[in-house]
Amino acid sequence: MLNRDVGTVDMFSGIKSRPIYPGLNPDPNARSNLIVCDLGGAEAAVELFARTDGGFAERATVILDTEGASADEVSALRDRLKPAKVEATASLDAAIVRLREILGSATMGLRLYAAGIEPLIGSVVQAGGDHFIDPLSVRTEHRGSLKRRVQCVHCKGFTENVTTNPVTCSQCGLLLTVRDHYSRRLAAFQGVCVNAEVPSERPETKVEFQ
Amino acid sequence: MTSFLRRVRVAEVEPVTSRIKRFRLVPVDSAFSDFSGGSHVTVCMQAPDRLIRNPYSLMGSPSDTSSYQISVLKVDDSRGGSHFMHDQVKVGTELEISEPLNLFPPAKLARKHILVAGGIGITPFMSMMSELAALGADFELHYGVRSFEDGAYCKLLESRYGPRIHLYFQDKGQFVPLDQVLSKQPLGAHVYVCGPKPMIDWALRTAALAGWPDENVHSEQFTAPPGGNPFTVKLARSGRSITVGGHQSILEALEQAGVDAPFLCRGGACGQCETGVTACDGYIEHNDHYLSEAEKASGKKIMICMSRISGDSISLDL
Repeated sequence: MLNRDVGTVDMFSGIKSRPIYPGLNPDPNARSNLIVCDLGGAEAAVELFARTDGGFAERATVILDTEGASADEVSALRDRLKPAKVEATASLDAAIVRLREILGSATMGLRLYAAGIEPLIGSVVQAGGDHFIDPLSVRTEHRGSLKRRVQCVHCKGFTENVTTNPVTCSQCGLLLTVRDHYSRRLAAFQGVCVNAEVPSERPETKVEFQ
Repeated sequence: MTSFLRRVRVAEVEPVTSRIKRFRLVPVDSAFSDFSGGSHVTVCMQAPDRLIRNPYSLMGSPSDTSSYQISVLKVDDSRGGSHFMHDQVKVGTELEISEPLNLFPPAKLARKHILVAGGIGITPFMSMMSELAALGADFELHYGVRSFEDGAYCKLLESRYGPRIHLYFQDKGQFVPLDQVLSKQPLGAHVYVCGPKPMIDWALRTAALAGWPDENVHSEQFTAPPGGNPFTVKLARSGRSITVGGHQSILEALEQAGVDAPFLCRGGACGQCETGVTACDGYIEHNDHYLSEAEKASGKKIMICMSRISGDSISLDL
């Protein structure tokens, strides 16, 4: 029998682990501001700086995931984020590596911000947690695509950039319902086999996380 | 909701300073429950004219439940509780206490714990430090007292924890250099403050200005409900009217009248006694630190353990 919940993500809206992103809200007292963002999230950072005094951006370091951007676009973003120090990285993974480096020697008084797609926000909150930062202390804003990182609950493998529901597990090949059930530790949504009883039944694939 | 009470006998009374006594309580009936560092119990005292219930932090080691220990500061403008403990309670006196309750636990995921105490505010940290030391956790105490003679447990703490203990004597012009203490702490440090209200307010402000997230800042303060003029409480569900005396809290007046109202901490911290307000002929004086500013301004909720009104009457959803 088919899992009747497939394709009706709204039905999971009551799931408490599903993160909410209230928006970038400045902490004017922080000694330093560390902002991790992608191209879409950079717009939120620019807006954040516009709402604060000049000192706020001067105390800020922006780790910018520039994947998919041209050199001109990156250069333009650097200008718009002035006077913050911008460190451009080529990928989300590289951005998180750099974030972990900075957190490794950071002291209290640092405020962490994350803006962009959910996998980026989740990875930032996860890295913060590994460095003893309470998830509620990280100020977050979602921008851009709704695509998700999904963990297969069966093989534990991760599938990146998931836009459809159901989705095929990139590791074990099972067809997974993407739930709103979220793991902060793994920074991923949970995917559960949709047709375990009758593998030949394949529910319609819908684009739900574009 | 009435909390479960248990009988205890006072096994030892030690004058710690001229104004502080330590009481060791042992169970009369069944063995004591386990507790965690930072817990308190509420002690019920039958004064001649009324029942007094005051919260006191447990200061023994959480690993030893053969007895509970509390320290009581004799307060000049006491509503009766601290004077009762100092003047009436002797070795052999039996009292009733609540089960331990912890509204001030150390953060389990912290990398380091900065404890800041003022005066009698040392008490919750006594049990907390026992627990943290047993866990091998990194902690330090910054403890401000009026003078060496007036400071409770200074010697004991130094002998037990050595360089983790930092003492500041007001009579020598020393104060906790909190700004300095909070700078250069590793990411994931948490700060805990217990002491008089002005000290807590100052510490919370200092931490916020140092850029510490709220999630890393903790405080506890037991204050007696402030007095005022008498007024009437109308209970919307039962239709009863009860007078609250000038030195009584709403909760105490309800209890005296036999109304079973919810409570836990009796200090405006835990939120258990949150009560809906259906009408108010006067102004609510909010004395708790539980309701948000918006909730206080709405006038639709009141914490009956601490808050009262200036006016004639208030109708509660009870």
